[in-house]
Amino acid sequence: MREVFLPRTLDELWDLLRRRPEAVIYAGGTDVLVKLRAGLIAASSLICLERIEDLQGVRDQGDEVYIGAATTHRTLLADPVIQEHFPILIQALSVLGSPPVRNMGTIGGNVVTASPAGDTLPPLYVLDAEVEVRWSDGAKRLPLSQFILGPGKTSLGPGQLLAGVWLRKSADYNVHHFEKVGQRKALAIAVVSLAALLKVSDSGRIDQVRLAWGSVGPTVMRSGEVESALEGRVISRETLDQAAALAQTAVSPIDDIRASGAYRRTVAGNLLLRLINYAR
Amino acid sequence: MKINFILNGREIELTAPSDVRVVDLLREELELTGTKESCGSGECGSCTILVDGQSRLSCLMLAAQLQGREVTTIEGLADDAGRHPVQEAFVQAGAVQCGFCTPGMVLAAVDLLDRRPDPSRSEIREGLSGNLCRCTGYQKIVDAVEMAVHREEG
Ligand SMILES: Cc1cc2nc3c(=O)[nH]c(=O)nc-3n(C[C@H](O)[C@H](O)[C@H](O)COP(=O)(O)OP(=O)(O)OC[C@H]3O[C@@H](n4cnc5c(N)ncnc54)[C@H](O)[C@@H]3O)c2cc1C
Ligand code: FES
Ligand code: FES
Repeated sequence: MREVFLPRTLDELWDLLRRRPEAVIYAGGTDVLVKLRAGLIAASSLICLERIEDLQGVRDQGDEVYIGAATTHRTLLADPVIQEHFPILIQALSVLGSPPVRNMGTIGGNVVTASPAGDTLPPLYVLDAEVEVRWSDGAKRLPLSQFILGPGKTSLGPGQLLAGVWLRKSADYNVHHFEKVGQRKALAIAVVSLAALLKVSDSGRIDQVRLAWGSVGPTVMRSGEVESALEGRVISRETLDQAAALAQTAVSPIDDIRASGAYRRTVAGNLLLRLINYAR
Repeated sequence: MKINFILNGREIELTAPSDVRVVDLLREELELTGTKESCGSGECGSCTILVDGQSRLSCLMLAAQLQGREVTTIEGLADDAGRHPVQEAFVQAGAVQCGFCTPGMVLAAVDLLDRRPDPSRSEIREGLSGNLCRCTGYQKIVDAVEMAVHREEG
Protein backbone atom coordinates (compact mmCIF):
# COMPACT_ATOMS: atom_id res chain seq x y z
CA MET A 1 0.00 0.00 0.00
CA ARG A 2 1.11 3.52 -0.75
CA GLU A 3 0.46 6.04 1.94
CA VAL A 4 -1.54 9.10 0.92
CA PHE A 5 -1.05 12.24 2.99
CA LEU A 6 -3.42 15.20 3.15
CA PRO A 7 -1.50 18.01 4.84
CA ARG A 8 -3.58 21.01 5.93
CA THR A 9 -0.85 23.61 6.14
CA LEU A 10 2.39 24.40 4.35
CA ASP A 11 4.30 23.62 7.55
CA GLU A 12 2.82 20.13 7.58
CA LEU A 13 3.77 19.81 3.91
CA TRP A 14 7.41 20.84 4.49
CA ASP A 15 7.61 18.38 7.32
CA LEU A 16 6.25 15.58 5.13
CA LEU A 17 8.59 16.46 2.28
CA ARG A 18 11.50 16.25 4.70
CA ARG A 19 10.45 12.82 5.89
CA ARG A 20 9.37 11.55 2.44
CA PRO A 21 11.54 13.30 -0.10
CA GLU A 22 10.54 10.73 -2.75
CA ALA A 23 6.77 11.28 -2.35
CA VAL A 24 4.79 12.31 -5.43
CA ILE A 25 2.77 15.50 -5.01
CA TYR A 26 -0.64 15.92 -6.56
CA ALA A 27 -3.47 18.45 -6.47
CA GLY A 28 -6.46 17.39 -8.58
CA GLY A 29 -4.75 14.17 -9.61
CA THR A 30 -6.13 14.34 -13.16
CA ASP A 31 -2.64 13.95 -14.58
CA VAL A 32 -0.84 12.09 -11.80
CA LEU A 33 -3.43 9.42 -11.04
CA VAL A 34 -3.87 8.65 -14.74
CA LYS A 35 -0.11 8.24 -15.18
CA LEU A 36 0.22 6.22 -12.00
CA ARG A 37 -2.43 3.77 -13.11
CA ALA A 38 -0.90 3.49 -16.55
CA GLY A 39 2.43 2.66 -14.91
CA LEU A 40 4.11 5.74 -16.39
CA ILE A 41 5.21 6.93 -12.99
CA ALA A 42 5.87 5.13 -9.74
CA ALA A 43 5.15 6.45 -6.26
CA SER A 44 5.94 4.94 -2.90
CA SER A 45 3.78 7.59 -1.25
CA LEU A 46 1.56 10.45 -2.34
CA ILE A 47 0.90 13.90 -0.93
CA CYS A 48 -2.35 15.59 -1.94
CA LEU A 49 -2.41 19.40 -1.82
CA GLU A 50 -6.18 19.88 -1.95
CA ARG A 51 -6.61 20.73 1.76
CA ILE A 52 -3.88 23.37 2.07
CA GLU A 53 -5.69 26.67 2.57
CA ASP A 54 -2.68 28.78 1.50
CA LEU A 55 -2.74 27.21 -1.97
CA GLN A 56 -6.42 27.93 -2.56
CA GLY A 57 -8.28 30.74 -4.22
CA VAL A 58 -7.85 34.07 -5.96
CA ARG A 59 -6.46 37.10 -4.12
CA ASP A 60 -6.95 40.57 -5.59
CA GLN A 61 -3.85 42.54 -4.57
CA GLY A 62 -4.62 45.78 -6.37
CA ASP A 63 -2.42 45.92 -9.48
CA GLU A 64 -1.86 42.21 -9.35
CA VAL A 65 -3.86 39.07 -8.79
CA TYR A 66 -2.52 35.98 -7.05
CA ILE A 67 -3.96 32.56 -7.83
CA GLY A 68 -3.15 29.77 -5.38
CA ALA A 69 -1.68 26.78 -7.23
CA ALA A 70 -4.31 24.31 -5.98
CA THR A 71 -7.25 26.44 -7.15
CA THR A 72 -9.48 24.35 -9.39
CA HIS A 73 -10.44 25.39 -12.90
CA ARG A 74 -14.06 25.49 -11.79
CA THR A 75 -13.29 27.99 -9.02
CA LEU A 76 -11.37 30.20 -11.46
CA LEU A 77 -14.19 30.09 -14.01
CA ALA A 78 -16.62 31.37 -11.37
CA ASP A 79 -14.30 34.04 -9.98
CA PRO A 80 -15.42 37.65 -10.64
CA VAL A 81 -11.85 39.06 -10.58
CA ILE A 82 -10.65 36.55 -13.19
CA GLN A 83 -13.79 37.15 -15.26
CA GLU A 84 -13.28 40.90 -15.22
CA HIS A 85 -9.54 41.14 -15.84
CA PHE A 86 -8.50 37.95 -17.60
CA PRO A 87 -11.24 36.89 -20.03
CA ILE A 88 -8.63 35.08 -22.13
CA LEU A 89 -7.96 32.71 -19.24
CA ILE A 90 -11.69 32.14 -18.82
CA GLN A 91 -11.99 31.27 -22.53
CA ALA A 92 -9.22 28.69 -22.25
CA LEU A 93 -10.48 27.18 -18.99
CA SER A 94 -13.97 26.78 -20.37
CA VAL A 95 -12.68 24.37 -23.05
CA LEU A 96 -10.25 22.49 -20.81
CA GLY A 97 -11.21 18.82 -20.52
CA SER A 98 -14.77 18.39 -19.32
CA PRO A 99 -16.84 19.61 -16.38
CA PRO A 100 -15.60 16.94 -13.92
CA VAL A 101 -11.99 17.42 -15.07
CA ARG A 102 -12.42 21.17 -14.43
CA ASN A 103 -13.93 20.42 -11.02
CA MET A 104 -10.83 18.46 -10.03
CA GLY A 105 -7.92 19.82 -12.07
CA THR A 106 -5.96 22.84 -10.87
CA ILE A 107 -3.98 25.65 -12.44
CA GLY A 108 -0.83 24.56 -10.61
CA GLY A 109 -1.22 21.02 -11.96
CA ASN A 110 -1.67 22.36 -15.48
CA VAL A 111 1.44 24.54 -15.20
CA VAL A 112 3.70 21.89 -13.64
CA THR A 113 2.55 19.24 -16.14
CA ALA A 114 4.11 21.67 -18.65
CA SER A 115 2.47 20.01 -21.61
CA PRO A 116 2.84 22.01 -24.84
CA ALA A 117 -0.92 21.38 -25.12
CA GLY A 118 -1.75 22.67 -21.62
CA ASP A 119 -4.69 24.97 -22.15
CA THR A 120 -3.90 27.56 -19.49
CA LEU A 121 -0.37 28.09 -20.79
CA PRO A 122 -0.83 30.21 -23.97
CA PRO A 123 -3.05 32.68 -22.05
CA LEU A 124 -0.61 32.76 -19.12
CA TYR A 125 2.30 33.43 -21.51
CA VAL A 126 0.59 36.37 -23.24
CA LEU A 127 -0.45 37.73 -19.85
CA ASP A 128 3.24 37.64 -18.78
CA ALA A 129 2.39 35.47 -15.79
CA GLU A 130 4.93 34.93 -13.05
CA VAL A 131 5.03 31.96 -10.74
CA GLU A 132 5.83 31.83 -7.06
CA VAL A 133 7.96 28.90 -5.98
CA ARG A 134 8.30 28.09 -2.29
CA TRP A 135 10.32 25.67 -0.22
CA SER A 136 10.64 25.07 3.50
CA ASP A 137 12.74 28.16 4.18
CA GLY A 138 12.47 30.31 1.10
CA ALA A 139 10.47 31.62 -1.85
CA LYS A 140 11.12 33.17 -5.22
CA ARG A 141 9.20 34.65 -8.08
CA LEU A 142 10.08 34.10 -11.73
CA PRO A 143 8.49 34.49 -15.16
CA LEU A 144 6.47 31.46 -16.27
CA SER A 145 8.54 31.34 -19.46
CA GLN A 146 11.64 30.69 -17.33
CA PHE A 147 9.87 28.21 -15.10
CA ILE A 148 8.84 25.91 -17.96
CA LEU A 149 11.91 24.37 -19.56
CA GLY A 150 10.47 21.81 -21.97
CA PRO A 151 7.72 19.25 -22.38
CA GLY A 152 6.99 18.02 -18.85
CA LYS A 153 10.02 19.89 -17.52
CA THR A 154 10.09 22.75 -15.05
CA SER A 155 12.81 24.37 -13.00
CA LEU A 156 11.29 23.07 -9.72
CA GLY A 157 14.00 21.59 -7.54
CA PRO A 158 13.64 18.87 -4.91
CA GLY A 159 11.46 19.98 -2.00
CA GLN A 160 10.08 22.90 -4.01
CA LEU A 161 6.45 23.68 -4.56
CA LEU A 162 4.63 25.84 -7.06
CA ALA A 163 2.72 28.02 -4.61
CA GLY A 164 0.82 30.21 -7.04
CA VAL A 165 0.59 32.29 -10.19
CA TRP A 166 0.84 36.08 -10.35
CA LEU A 167 -1.00 38.05 -13.02
CA ARG A 168 -0.73 41.79 -13.60
CA LYS A 169 -3.97 43.62 -14.38
CA SER A 170 -3.75 45.62 -17.56
CA ALA A 171 -6.20 47.81 -19.40
CA ASP A 172 -3.97 47.75 -22.50
CA TYR A 173 -5.82 45.10 -24.44
CA ASN A 174 -9.42 45.37 -25.63
CA VAL A 175 -9.42 42.01 -27.44
CA HIS A 176 -8.92 38.76 -25.55
CA HIS A 177 -9.01 35.80 -27.91
CA PHE A 178 -8.35 32.09 -27.35
CA GLU A 179 -9.09 29.30 -29.77
CA LYS A 180 -8.25 25.64 -29.55
CA VAL A 181 -8.46 23.21 -32.40
CA GLY A 182 -8.90 19.65 -31.22
CA GLN A 183 -10.25 16.43 -32.63
CA ARG A 184 -13.65 16.88 -31.03
CA LYS A 185 -15.54 19.50 -29.06
CA ALA A 186 -15.17 18.26 -25.51
CA LEU A 187 -12.38 16.31 -23.84
CA ALA A 188 -10.06 17.34 -26.65
CA ILE A 189 -6.35 17.84 -26.16
CA ALA A 190 -5.25 20.78 -28.28
CA VAL A 191 -3.88 19.95 -31.71
CA VAL A 192 -3.06 23.63 -32.00
CA SER A 193 -4.20 26.58 -29.92
CA LEU A 194 -3.73 30.34 -30.14
CA ALA A 195 -3.97 33.00 -27.46
CA ALA A 196 -4.04 36.59 -28.70
CA LEU A 197 -4.25 39.87 -26.82
CA LEU A 198 -4.81 42.90 -29.02
CA LYS A 199 -5.23 46.60 -28.55
CA VAL A 200 -7.32 47.66 -31.52
CA SER A 201 -7.92 51.37 -32.11
CA ASP A 202 -11.26 52.84 -33.14
CA SER A 203 -10.04 52.85 -36.73
CA GLY A 204 -9.21 49.14 -36.55
CA ARG A 205 -5.44 49.51 -36.25
CA ILE A 206 -3.57 47.01 -34.10
CA ASP A 207 -1.66 49.18 -31.63
CA GLN A 208 -0.37 46.33 -29.51
CA VAL A 209 -0.41 42.58 -29.90
CA ARG A 210 0.77 39.53 -28.01
CA LEU A 211 0.49 36.04 -29.43
CA ALA A 212 1.21 32.56 -28.09
CA TRP A 213 0.61 29.15 -29.64
CA GLY A 214 0.09 25.83 -27.90
CA SER A 215 1.05 22.38 -29.26
CA VAL A 216 3.35 23.62 -32.01
CA GLY A 217 6.68 23.18 -30.25
CA PRO A 218 8.30 21.77 -27.12
CA THR A 219 6.80 24.58 -25.05
CA VAL A 220 4.35 27.39 -25.76
CA MET A 221 5.66 29.39 -28.74
CA ARG A 222 5.78 33.14 -29.06
CA SER A 223 6.88 35.03 -32.14
CA GLY A 224 8.11 38.60 -32.08
CA GLU A 225 8.32 38.45 -35.85
CA VAL A 226 4.64 37.75 -36.33
CA GLU A 227 3.73 40.34 -33.69
CA SER A 228 5.79 42.99 -35.52
CA ALA A 229 4.07 42.10 -38.78
CA LEU A 230 0.73 42.95 -37.18
CA GLU A 231 1.64 45.93 -35.04
CA GLY A 232 0.60 49.25 -36.50
CA ARG A 233 -1.43 47.62 -39.26
CA VAL A 234 -5.15 47.83 -39.82
CA ILE A 235 -6.84 44.45 -39.45
CA SER A 236 -7.52 43.14 -42.94
CA ARG A 237 -7.49 39.82 -44.73
CA GLU A 238 -4.25 40.77 -46.46
CA THR A 239 -2.42 41.67 -43.23
CA LEU A 240 -3.61 38.50 -41.55
CA ASP A 241 -2.60 36.36 -44.54
CA GLN A 242 0.91 37.76 -44.35
CA ALA A 243 1.10 37.15 -40.61
CA ALA A 244 -0.23 33.61 -41.09
CA ALA A 245 2.50 32.84 -43.61
CA LEU A 246 5.13 34.10 -41.19
CA ALA A 247 3.63 32.09 -38.34
CA GLN A 248 3.80 28.93 -40.42
CA THR A 249 7.54 29.28 -40.71
CA ALA A 250 8.03 30.39 -37.10
CA VAL A 251 6.50 27.33 -35.39
CA SER A 252 8.20 23.93 -35.02
CA PRO A 253 5.49 21.33 -34.58
CA ILE A 254 5.94 17.57 -34.50
CA ASP A 255 3.94 14.62 -35.82
CA ASP A 256 2.11 12.67 -33.14
CA ILE A 257 -0.99 10.53 -32.70
CA ARG A 258 -3.27 13.55 -32.87
CA ALA A 259 -1.98 15.32 -35.97
CA SER A 260 0.91 15.72 -38.37
CA GLY A 261 3.42 18.51 -38.03
CA ALA A 262 2.43 19.85 -41.44
CA TYR A 263 -1.23 20.10 -40.44
CA ARG A 264 -0.29 21.84 -37.21
CA ARG A 265 1.86 24.32 -39.12
CA THR A 266 -1.02 25.20 -41.45
CA VAL A 267 -3.51 25.56 -38.61
CA ALA A 268 -1.11 27.65 -36.50
CA GLY A 269 -1.14 30.24 -39.27
CA ASN A 270 -4.79 29.94 -40.13
CA LEU A 271 -5.90 30.53 -36.56
CA LEU A 272 -4.71 34.13 -37.03
CA LEU A 273 -7.31 34.65 -39.77
CA ARG A 274 -9.98 34.51 -37.07
CA LEU A 275 -8.76 37.92 -35.89
CA ILE A 276 -10.68 39.38 -38.85
CA ASN A 277 -13.66 39.25 -36.45
CA TYR A 278 -12.11 42.17 -34.60
CA ALA A 279 -11.82 44.45 -37.66
CA ARG A 280 -13.67 47.73 -37.21
CA MET B 1 -6.28 4.38 7.60
CA LYS B 2 -9.52 5.41 9.30
CA ILE B 3 -11.76 7.54 7.13
CA ASN B 4 -14.83 9.43 8.29
CA PHE B 5 -17.24 10.91 5.79
CA ILE B 6 -20.89 11.31 4.96
CA LEU B 7 -22.13 8.84 2.41
CA ASN B 8 -25.60 9.37 1.00
CA GLY B 9 -26.66 11.33 4.05
CA ARG B 10 -25.24 8.89 6.60
CA GLU B 11 -22.06 9.43 8.61
CA ILE B 12 -19.74 6.51 8.22
CA GLU B 13 -16.36 5.47 9.48
CA LEU B 14 -14.32 2.82 7.78
CA THR B 15 -10.81 1.50 7.60
CA ALA B 16 -9.29 1.23 4.15
CA PRO B 17 -5.91 1.53 2.50
CA SER B 18 -5.45 5.26 1.86
CA ASP B 19 -4.50 4.70 -1.78
CA VAL B 20 -7.48 2.60 -2.85
CA ARG B 21 -9.43 4.39 -5.58
CA VAL B 22 -12.79 5.74 -4.50
CA VAL B 23 -14.55 3.80 -7.27
CA ASP B 24 -13.13 0.55 -5.88
CA LEU B 25 -13.99 1.48 -2.32
CA LEU B 26 -17.59 2.22 -3.28
CA ARG B 27 -18.11 -0.83 -5.43
CA GLU B 28 -16.13 -3.45 -3.60
CA GLU B 29 -16.05 -2.47 0.07
CA LEU B 30 -19.38 -0.66 0.29
CA GLU B 31 -21.17 -2.70 -2.37
CA LEU B 32 -22.58 0.39 -4.01
CA THR B 33 -22.32 -0.85 -7.57
CA GLY B 34 -24.40 1.95 -9.08
CA THR B 35 -21.15 3.81 -9.64
CA LYS B 36 -19.61 2.33 -12.80
CA GLU B 37 -16.10 2.18 -14.14
CA SER B 38 -15.19 1.92 -17.76
CA CYS B 39 -12.15 3.93 -18.84
CA GLY B 40 -10.47 4.35 -15.45
CA SER B 41 -8.74 7.45 -16.79
CA GLY B 42 -11.11 10.41 -16.59
CA GLU B 43 -12.47 10.21 -20.13
CA CYS B 44 -15.95 8.74 -19.79
CA GLY B 45 -17.72 9.99 -16.67
CA SER B 46 -19.36 6.68 -15.80
CA CYS B 47 -17.72 6.78 -12.36
CA THR B 48 -19.11 10.25 -11.53
CA ILE B 49 -20.09 10.90 -7.92
CA LEU B 50 -20.95 14.15 -6.12
CA VAL B 51 -18.43 15.35 -3.55
CA ASP B 52 -19.72 18.30 -1.55
CA GLY B 53 -22.24 18.72 -4.37
CA GLN B 54 -19.72 18.84 -7.25
CA SER B 55 -19.28 16.12 -9.83
CA ARG B 56 -16.00 14.26 -9.44
CA LEU B 57 -14.54 11.20 -11.08
CA SER B 58 -14.23 8.43 -8.54
CA CYS B 59 -11.63 6.64 -10.68
CA LEU B 60 -9.29 9.61 -10.14
CA MET B 61 -9.73 10.03 -6.40
CA LEU B 62 -8.08 8.13 -3.59
CA ALA B 63 -9.87 7.03 -0.45
CA ALA B 64 -7.91 9.41 1.79
CA GLN B 65 -9.51 12.35 -0.09
CA LEU B 66 -12.95 11.37 1.22
CA GLN B 67 -12.05 12.36 4.77
CA GLY B 68 -14.65 14.87 6.03
CA ARG B 69 -16.46 15.12 2.70
CA GLU B 70 -20.10 14.67 1.82
CA VAL B 71 -20.52 12.09 -0.91
CA THR B 72 -23.60 11.31 -2.97
CA THR B 73 -23.70 8.28 -5.23
CA ILE B 74 -26.61 7.36 -7.48
CA GLU B 75 -27.96 5.17 -4.67
CA GLY B 76 -28.38 8.25 -2.46
CA LEU B 77 -30.23 10.47 -4.89
CA ALA B 78 -33.78 9.27 -4.35
CA ASP B 79 -35.41 10.15 -1.03
CA ASP B 80 -38.41 8.78 0.85
CA ALA B 81 -40.70 10.69 -1.46
CA GLY B 82 -39.32 8.76 -4.44
CA ARG B 83 -36.96 9.34 -7.31
CA HIS B 84 -35.07 12.57 -7.78
CA PRO B 85 -36.67 14.76 -10.50
CA VAL B 86 -33.70 14.11 -12.80
CA GLN B 87 -34.06 10.35 -12.35
CA GLU B 88 -37.79 10.60 -12.99
CA ALA B 89 -37.16 12.62 -16.16
CA PHE B 90 -34.66 10.01 -17.45
CA VAL B 91 -37.34 7.36 -17.05
CA GLN B 92 -40.06 9.47 -18.65
CA ALA B 93 -37.90 10.56 -21.58
CA GLY B 94 -36.64 7.06 -22.29
CA ALA B 95 -33.08 8.30 -21.85
CA VAL B 96 -31.79 4.91 -20.74
CA GLN B 97 -30.80 2.00 -22.95
CA CYS B 98 -28.18 -0.29 -21.46
CA GLY B 99 -27.99 2.04 -18.46
CA PHE B 100 -24.25 1.87 -17.94
CA CYS B 101 -23.72 5.61 -18.37
CA THR B 102 -26.93 6.57 -16.58
CA PRO B 103 -25.73 6.98 -12.98
CA GLY B 104 -22.93 9.28 -14.14
CA MET B 105 -25.18 11.19 -16.52
CA VAL B 106 -27.81 11.74 -13.84
CA LEU B 107 -25.28 12.98 -11.29
CA ALA B 108 -23.60 15.25 -13.85
CA ALA B 109 -27.05 16.67 -14.65
CA VAL B 110 -27.79 17.24 -10.96
CA ASP B 111 -24.52 19.17 -10.62
CA LEU B 112 -25.28 21.19 -13.76
CA LEU B 113 -28.81 22.13 -12.63
CA ASP B 114 -27.42 23.15 -9.28
CA ARG B 115 -25.13 25.68 -10.98
CA ARG B 116 -27.51 26.60 -13.79
CA PRO B 117 -31.13 25.99 -12.91
CA ASP B 118 -32.40 26.91 -16.38
CA PRO B 119 -29.81 25.79 -18.94
CA SER B 120 -30.23 26.04 -22.70
CA ARG B 121 -29.95 22.88 -24.79
CA SER B 122 -26.38 23.70 -25.69
CA GLU B 123 -25.54 24.37 -22.05
CA ILE B 124 -26.96 20.95 -21.20
CA ARG B 125 -24.78 19.36 -23.88
CA GLU B 126 -21.77 21.22 -22.53
CA GLY B 127 -22.62 20.28 -18.94
CA LEU B 128 -22.78 16.59 -19.86
CA SER B 129 -19.77 16.68 -22.18
CA GLY B 130 -17.63 14.69 -19.75
CA ASN B 131 -20.06 11.75 -19.88
CA LEU B 132 -20.05 9.33 -22.76
CA CYS B 133 -22.99 7.17 -23.81
CA ARG B 134 -22.48 4.31 -26.25
CA CYS B 135 -26.20 3.71 -26.83
CA THR B 136 -28.61 6.59 -26.93
CA GLY B 137 -27.10 9.18 -29.24
CA TYR B 138 -27.64 11.75 -26.44
CA GLN B 139 -30.87 13.33 -27.78
CA LYS B 140 -33.08 11.70 -25.21
CA ILE B 141 -30.60 12.39 -22.45
CA VAL B 142 -30.71 16.10 -23.27
CA ASP B 143 -34.51 15.86 -23.53
CA ALA B 144 -34.58 14.31 -20.07
CA VAL B 145 -32.56 17.11 -18.51
CA GLU B 146 -34.81 19.69 -20.19
CA MET B 147 -37.81 17.85 -18.82
CA ALA B 148 -36.28 17.87 -15.33
CA VAL B 149 -35.84 21.64 -15.55
CA HIS B 150 -39.52 22.16 -16.23
CA ARG B 151 -40.52 19.61 -13.65
CA GLU B 152 -38.50 21.41 -11.00
CA GLU B 153 -40.04 24.71 -12.03
CA GLY B 154 -43.57 23.35 -11.99
C1 LIG C 1 -9.98 13.22 -19.39
C2 LIG C 1 -8.96 14.31 -19.26
C3 LIG C 1 -9.01 15.39 -20.12
C4 LIG C 1 -8.06 16.42 -20.02
N1 LIG C 1 -8.17 17.47 -20.89
C5 LIG C 1 -7.28 18.48 -20.80
C6 LIG C 1 -7.38 19.61 -21.68
O1 LIG C 1 -8.28 19.69 -22.53
N2 LIG C 1 -6.45 20.59 -21.56
C7 LIG C 1 -5.46 20.55 -20.64
O2 LIG C 1 -4.67 21.48 -20.57
N3 LIG C 1 -5.34 19.49 -19.79
C8 LIG C 1 -6.22 18.46 -19.85
N4 LIG C 1 -6.10 17.39 -19.01
C9 LIG C 1 -4.95 17.33 -18.08
C10 LIG C 1 -5.21 17.84 -16.66
O3 LIG C 1 -6.56 17.71 -16.31
C11 LIG C 1 -4.81 19.28 -16.46
O4 LIG C 1 -3.46 19.45 -16.82
C12 LIG C 1 -5.01 19.73 -15.02
O5 LIG C 1 -4.94 21.12 -14.94
C13 LIG C 1 -3.98 19.12 -14.08
O6 LIG C 1 -4.25 19.59 -12.77
P1 LIG C 1 -4.26 18.59 -11.53
O7 LIG C 1 -4.36 19.42 -10.32
O8 LIG C 1 -5.26 17.54 -11.70
O9 LIG C 1 -2.79 17.96 -11.68
P2 LIG C 1 -2.14 16.76 -10.87
O10 LIG C 1 -2.38 15.50 -11.60
O11 LIG C 1 -2.52 16.83 -9.45
O12 LIG C 1 -0.60 17.18 -10.99
C14 LIG C 1 0.01 17.33 -12.26
C15 LIG C 1 1.53 17.52 -12.09
O13 LIG C 1 1.82 18.70 -11.39
C16 LIG C 1 2.49 18.44 -10.17
N5 LIG C 1 1.92 19.41 -9.23
C17 LIG C 1 0.59 19.69 -9.07
N6 LIG C 1 0.46 20.76 -8.27
C18 LIG C 1 1.72 21.14 -7.91
C19 LIG C 1 2.24 22.20 -7.12
N7 LIG C 1 1.44 23.09 -6.53
N8 LIG C 1 3.58 22.31 -6.98
C20 LIG C 1 4.43 21.43 -7.59
N9 LIG C 1 3.98 20.41 -8.37
C21 LIG C 1 2.66 20.28 -8.53
C22 LIG C 1 2.26 16.99 -9.86
O14 LIG C 1 3.31 16.45 -9.13
C23 LIG C 1 2.21 16.43 -11.28
O15 LIG C 1 3.51 16.28 -11.79
C24 LIG C 1 -7.04 16.36 -19.05
C25 LIG C 1 -7.01 15.27 -18.17
C26 LIG C 1 -7.96 14.25 -18.26
C27 LIG C 1 -7.91 13.12 -17.30
S1 FES D 1 -14.17 5.37 -15.30
FE1 FES D 1 -13.79 7.28 -14.39
S2 FES D 1 -13.99 8.62 -16.05
FE2 FES D 1 -14.16 6.69 -17.01
S1 FES E 1 -27.39 3.92 -22.20
FE1 FES E 1 -25.80 2.54 -22.71
S2 FES E 1 -24.05 3.76 -22.46
FE2 FES E 1 -25.61 5.17 -22.26
